[in-house]
Amino acid sequence: MSEILLEVKNLSVRFPIWGGILRQKIAEVRAVENVSFTIKKGETLGLVGESGCGKTTTAKAICHILKETSHGVVQEGEIIFHSENGPVNLLSLNRKEMRFYRREIQMIFQDPFSSLNPRMTVSEIIQRPLKIHTKMNKKERRTRVTDLLEKVGLQPEYALRYPHEFSGGQRQRIGIARALAVRPKLIIADEPVSALDVSVQSQVINLLEDLQDEFGLTYLFVAHDLSVINHVSDRISVMYLGRIVETGSAEQVYSSPLHPYSQALISAIPQTDPAKRSDRIMLKGEIPSSMNKPSGCSFNPRCPIAVAECSTKIPELREMNDHHSAACDLLELK
Amino acid sequence: MVETLNSKNKIPINQQQPVLQVRDLVVEFKLEMGYARAVSGVSFDLFPGEILGIVGESGSGKSVTALSIMRLIPEPPGKISNGSIRFENKEVLELSYPEMRDIRGNNIAMIFQEPMTALNPVFTIGMQVRETILTHEKISKKEAQGRAIKMLEKVGIPDASARMKDYPHQFSGGQRQRIMIALALVCKPQILIADEPTTALDVTTQAQILELMLEQQTQIENSSIILITHDLAVVAETCHRVAVMYGGKIQEIGTVNQIFSAPKHPYTRGLLASLPSSTSIKDGKLYAIPGNVPSISDMPAGCKFCTRCEEVIDRCHQEEPPLHVLNNGHKVRCHLIEGEADE
Ligand SMILES: Nc1ncnc2c1ncn2[C@@H]1O[C@H](COP(=O)(O)OP(=O)(O)OP(=O)(O)O)[C@@H](O)[C@H]1O
Ligand SMILES: Nc1ncnc2c1ncn2[C@@H]1O[C@H](COP(=O)(O)OP(=O)(O)OP(=O)(O)O)[C@@H](O)[C@H]1O
Ligand SMILES: [Mg+2]
Ligand SMILES: [Mg+2]
Repeated sequence: MSEILLEVKNLSVRFPIWGGILRQKIAEVRAVENVSFTIKKGETLGLVGESGCGKTTTAKAICHILKETSHGVVQEGEIIFHSENGPVNLLSLNRKEMRFYRREIQMIFQDPFSSLNPRMTVSEIIQRPLKIHTKMNKKERRTRVTDLLEKVGLQPEYALRYPHEFSGGQRQRIGIARALAVRPKLIIADEPVSALDVSVQSQVINLLEDLQDEFGLTYLFVAHDLSVINHVSDRISVMYLGRIVETGSAEQVYSSPLHPYSQALISAIPQTDPAKRSDRIMLKGEIPSSMNKPSGCSFNPRCPIAVAECSTKIPELREMNDHHSAACDLLELK
Repeated sequence: MVETLNSKNKIPINQQQPVLQVRDLVVEFKLEMGYARAVSGVSFDLFPGEILGIVGESGSGKSVTALSIMRLIPEPPGKISNGSIRFENKEVLELSYPEMRDIRGNNIAMIFQEPMTALNPVFTIGMQVRETILTHEKISKKEAQGRAIKMLEKVGIPDASARMKDYPHQFSGGQRQRIMIALALVCKPQILIADEPTTALDVTTQAQILELMLEQQTQIENSSIILITHDLAVVAETCHRVAVMYGGKIQEIGTVNQIFSAPKHPYTRGLLASLPSSTSIKDGKLYAIPGNVPSISDMPAGCKFCTRCEEVIDRCHQEEPPLHVLNNGHKVRCHLIEGEADE
């Protein structure tokens, strides 16, 4: 478990905003700023935070799909992937060079309704990455499809059906089968259960955990639901407005959060069990837009403990306890 | 008196006279192969001062129930084919269009899941709040303007008087939901129906909005809320009673304590056990209800939950169970439960 698979170092992503009659760059969205984390082989890192904090952007940067989809995007920092052939900085690769690593890193998307091509059968959907990344022949590919469907708990007969014939949970299983087809090492799962009902959500979470054990997969699991994140993750990173404000073991972050934002976030989770309810920390105001972030610590205008200096200096992530870090200058080192 | 878990929210409930009575409500939609039932025989009471939660998975008929009370079911393809909805002494299903318009807003207001569908994108926020006040009250435009600003301030829109001139798209999702609440509460309705008011919002914003809704509502004496959500924990924290829906029927209804501390229906127990925060995690595995929610054109005969129930017996496939009445108004629709039939 100690070998590192992925190291993200000081990743920053900025999107240009185009405007005016000449379609010039008029502003910039700093979606991700100075984000660093590592994921060890076989572990699950949970990335949590509220809408717009940069979770999907971070996930897409790792999968190398930002450049193709967003014109003029700026990505800085390093994304070191430890492949079988040694470490490589994915950010420095061009599209063609990336193809070689793409089969080792696969993504599962949030929306099981739009992430599958409606005109392709399930079999064609799962075979596509096999056609691109492997030299398997038709028969081998078909056998792989049957195996995968069984693994994700779908009947093999379903192979010839189209996505619209399936429920949300079943579509998410198809997405998982597609991601697993090329036997990846790292799975980036962007809100894989957010669109599902509770009863089906636990089916999909259990499936992802079983597959992790069976294939030794490593997950970056993105979600905004902290109780889901707490259940699936070994370690958790909390994001706010493009920055990581806290990282630690799931236990540390969920049970004894350090950063005032993490504390508010965790206290806001509704609980069915009255014994688990603690006093809710009500935040003031709304999450600012990432186009005009507050100066200093981005959280300072809403922070219950902010002092004057918080609006001038950006706090660094500091290790406070054993592998438990937080980005708040008001915390005392133990 | 019904007890709630939330101490902030203890309202004595006058159990004698319900403000709203829904009986045997059936709503159908015309699909390719004919009519299918989205709601099939829903009955419940809402008491003055009460907060009633309706929970259930996607497609269980929560919104259709709410829209029926407001008489907002699109006809066609929908139709209310049976039942009665009594508000005070009136039969809602028999009211004329102008009478119904009078009730909406004056007496019963609704907050929708997606605020953009309820806010008109081409009018300013100020205009929309002001006009709502003016259609229900005979006051001057200037007074209405003042009231609108006050209401927007109350729901936490910063700089409200300046922002009266802004259009819906210029507000954040959380702010639009606050404006919806302002619109719903400005005429002091006796009943507020909130259909997933926080589902599209982040948890910290959700907490703010729920608090705001409850605070505003407790200021209107004896007013009631129907809170629709698929989030069981939200209901546990805010409601007095809960109805659990599945397949267009109420499967279990009771106080928050009855439902969360002593759930009886296998579906309710399954839902609670599925939560990642539940204690029923075995060997690190979450409990999962097998299978999927059937579509309304594909509902089984007998108990609607029989295709997914782990305690199913033969009888469940043939016969729909009645709602059995247990102690203190707790009702369960299951053959495995002993109790007097309600229907
Ligand atoms: N292609 C783009 N062009 C401009 N801005 C973008 C683009 N993609 C994302 N953004 C902005 O970057 C910020 C981070 O977005 P991102 O999608 O990463 O957030 P997220 O944490 O995934 O949120 P959510 O929980 O809503 O999915 C947001 O302010 C978003 O509006
Ligand atoms: N206009 C319509 N035409 C056809 N079917 C409809 C229509 N409106 C609702 N239905 C069907 O009625 C059933 C109940 O829908 P409803 O919107 O009440 O579900 P819900 O419990 O509110 O679910 P959700 O949690 O997804 O909002 C669903 O199967 C839905 O497809
Ligand atoms: Mg996202
Ligand atoms: Mg609904």
